[in-house]
Amino acid sequence: MKVLMFGWEFPPHITGGLGTACFGMTKGLAKNGVDVLFVVPKAHGDEDETNVRLLNASDVTVNIDNEKDRSYWDRVQYMEIGSNIIPYVGPERFERLVEEQRATSHFQSPVFMPRYEFSGKYGANLMEEVSRYALIGSSLALEHKDEFDVIHAHDWLTYSAGIAAKETTGKPLVVHMHATEFDRSGENINTLVYSIERRGMEAADIVITVSDLTRKIVVEKYGINPDKVITVHNAVEPNDKKRSEYETCGLKNKVVTFLGRITYQKGPEYFVEAAHKILQYDPTIHFVMAGTGDLLPKMIRRVAQLKMGANFHFTGFLKGNDVDQMFAMSDVFVMPSISEPFGIVPLEAMRLDVPCVISKQSGVSEVVENALKVDFWDINGLADAIYGLCHYPKLSEMFKREGKIEVDNLKWEFASKKIKAVYEKAIEITK
Amino acid sequence: MSKSICFYFQVHQPYKLRTYRFFDVGKRHHYYDEYQNRTIMRRCADHCYLPMNEILMEQIKKYGDKVKFAFYFSGIAIELMQQYAPDALDSFKELVKTGNVEVLAGTYGHSLASLQNLDVFKKQVAEHKKLMKETFGVTPKTLVNTELIYSNEIGNDVSEMGFNLMLTEGAKHVLGWKSPNYMYANSINPKLRLLLRNTSLSDDLTLRFANDSITTESFVEKLNTIEDEVVNIYADYETFGEKFNAETGIFDFVKHLPEAILNNTDFEYAKPIETLDNLQTVSIFDAPIPLSRNGEERDLSAWMGNDLQDDALQTLYSYANKVKRSKDEEVTRDWNALLDADNFNCLCTKYSGSSPYDYYVNFMNILTDFNERVSKKD
Repeated sequence: MKVLMFGWEFPPHITGGLGTACFGMTKGLAKNGVDVLFVVPKAHGDEDETNVRLLNASDVTVNIDNEKDRSYWDRVQYMEIGSNIIPYVGPERFERLVEEQRATSHFQSPVFMPRYEFSGKYGANLMEEVSRYALIGSSLALEHKDEFDVIHAHDWLTYSAGIAAKETTGKPLVVHMHATEFDRSGENINTLVYSIERRGMEAADIVITVSDLTRKIVVEKYGINPDKVITVHNAVEPNDKKRSEYETCGLKNKVVTFLGRITYQKGPEYFVEAAHKILQYDPTIHFVMAGTGDLLPKMIRRVAQLKMGANFHFTGFLKGNDVDQMFAMSDVFVMPSISEPFGIVPLEAMRLDVPCVISKQSGVSEVVENALKVDFWDINGLADAIYGLCHYPKLSEMFKREGKIEVDNLKWEFASKKIKAVYEKAIEITK
Repeated sequence: MSKSICFYFQVHQPYKLRTYRFFDVGKRHHYYDEYQNRTIMRRCADHCYLPMNEILMEQIKKYGDKVKFAFYFSGIAIELMQQYAPDALDSFKELVKTGNVEVLAGTYGHSLASLQNLDVFKKQVAEHKKLMKETFGVTPKTLVNTELIYSNEIGNDVSEMGFNLMLTEGAKHVLGWKSPNYMYANSINPKLRLLLRNTSLSDDLTLRFANDSITTESFVEKLNTIEDEVVNIYADYETFGEKFNAETGIFDFVKHLPEAILNNTDFEYAKPIETLDNLQTVSIFDAPIPLSRNGEERDLSAWMGNDLQDDALQTLYSYANKVKRSKDEEVTRDWNALLDADNFNCLCTKYSGSSPYDYYVNFMNILTDFNERVSKKD
């Protein structure tokens, strides 16, 4: 079996968990005998290509006058509403551009340039890239039509490409919800993103959600038929290196770590407030907030205001080996997310023997047994759990031991088996 | 009666701190960006210290006892010169040897100790005094506190340390209608006499030189409008050649200044210490709230008051007793570098373009490591 996969990023060039998840998934699929044709915008050339064949979307030239693309062209017109959030081109100008182009077949807007360089990063011209990616998606799918059996699109950024590929080739489409717009933005959703997500899920033959939490949102807030929504929990790759192989922490005291984007969704405020409570009982504990995000300055200010800068450290954005190094220096990992579709980070911590405190509002809490679970808003509960893991060695020893066993069984190999079953079902349906 | 003019130059550069990550805490105890330190010190030496010293030396040779200057060298500046610009340090020594230069007392680490911890303040001044004796063979008698920070209490502390003369800012909000160009006294202990920086004339050099095209003629003209007894000009030495480069004509200005002052005014150059014998105090200078030479407000907001600054200051000074007990040379050196007021200025949120948050994160990591070290020794 072969799958054409549309992603947005792939290790080592990642801005979030999506790239890591795709990497693990493709490896797991390979183990289950599934070949993957992975499409990413702008491949950098140093991606790990042992298990996947990477197609660089920037390398594909599109002939706009081609009839087949023209069929997609009308769908781009629909996207034009979305494109008015492009900062470089105002809504009126964009509309005029599109109109002109449609009339004269003379394309000038960067979206319609024959060879458009994808930046491949989440950026200001995201909508433009999404449109372009979709356009290329259809031509790419057509070109490799005989090479795959099913299309798999990750997150809304690639849904348009998935739909286009399905329309041009008639192959079944699976879309994968790693996060919903409600997770990213709370109730103040971007309606444009919402509509792309919804359209993708409606067009899909099967929707994969990363947790039951996400499945519930998909069914309730997007009105998707529950029969075609299947939960496949994320997994984590076993670590090559043991905890003992990393540098130890220079501090002899306990280190409690938060690691993730420092944004509203991740609940960094609750971590800071809990740290303050704990320090009143045990002033020797050190806290680390690793990551960056729009709330970082506010967190730093709050830490200074609470006069705990000597015990509360910030590392900035960490990637690759530094992430594992951070875990190897930690005694407790905390993920107080307000809303987390899955949340793979605690699994990464557990595989390096770090006991975890996770919020009940995370998808990962559905699969993990050996962790303390609290409501994100319950600062006292959070403080209690962290304090307990720092002070009662029996408890942390148990979590370390059992957690390690548990996480070693949450392999992508097994998760990918379920994904393969989803593919088979999708092919079955569309026959 | 003739009037006096005193020139004070501050020679100070901070140790620039390197990016110090949480991963380094407890493992790597080296805090400095050596490349930056070398580059900046070399640039100061080549653009300012060496050419300026040469000019002052020529003037001393030409006018003899008629030209005099005063210098505050921070201990850190001396350390940095020893490492990266021994030639500049030698030329300062030559200058001091002429006897036309008064070496001033102050804090070793350009620190805010006077506001935080009397014990540390005393130690800072004593260490600085010792360094001046070792380096220049003189014992300083006049004190200038870091950035001219002063309050009645600080003045009293300084007096109890045995000083009779101190320079501070001629802050308008304290002086009111009074003139800065007289000698004043401390309000708690009038034995301590005070000279006040003439804000207008000092800022003509340090802030406005290039923009307002200040010339020796315009400077002397302004000086001649002053009918009072003593004018104190206090400037960062780096103003000459580093802040305002040679193309602004600042070296020419300095070169021709003695000629203009001696010929066209009835001012005479004086070392600050000489004014003690020549002048009477006219009034007390009452500063219940600490002041400095900084900003329009002449207050302390450049170094303290926001959450970042207050947490950093409080944390740092909480180590004072441990440091005191430690006799380790490295610890003392790092302590002085961390005490530097410039660290807290970098945490100030009043300026745009810098990142006080990044600085705070980095600085606190260093403090954590430093605490580990001094606690171990405890």
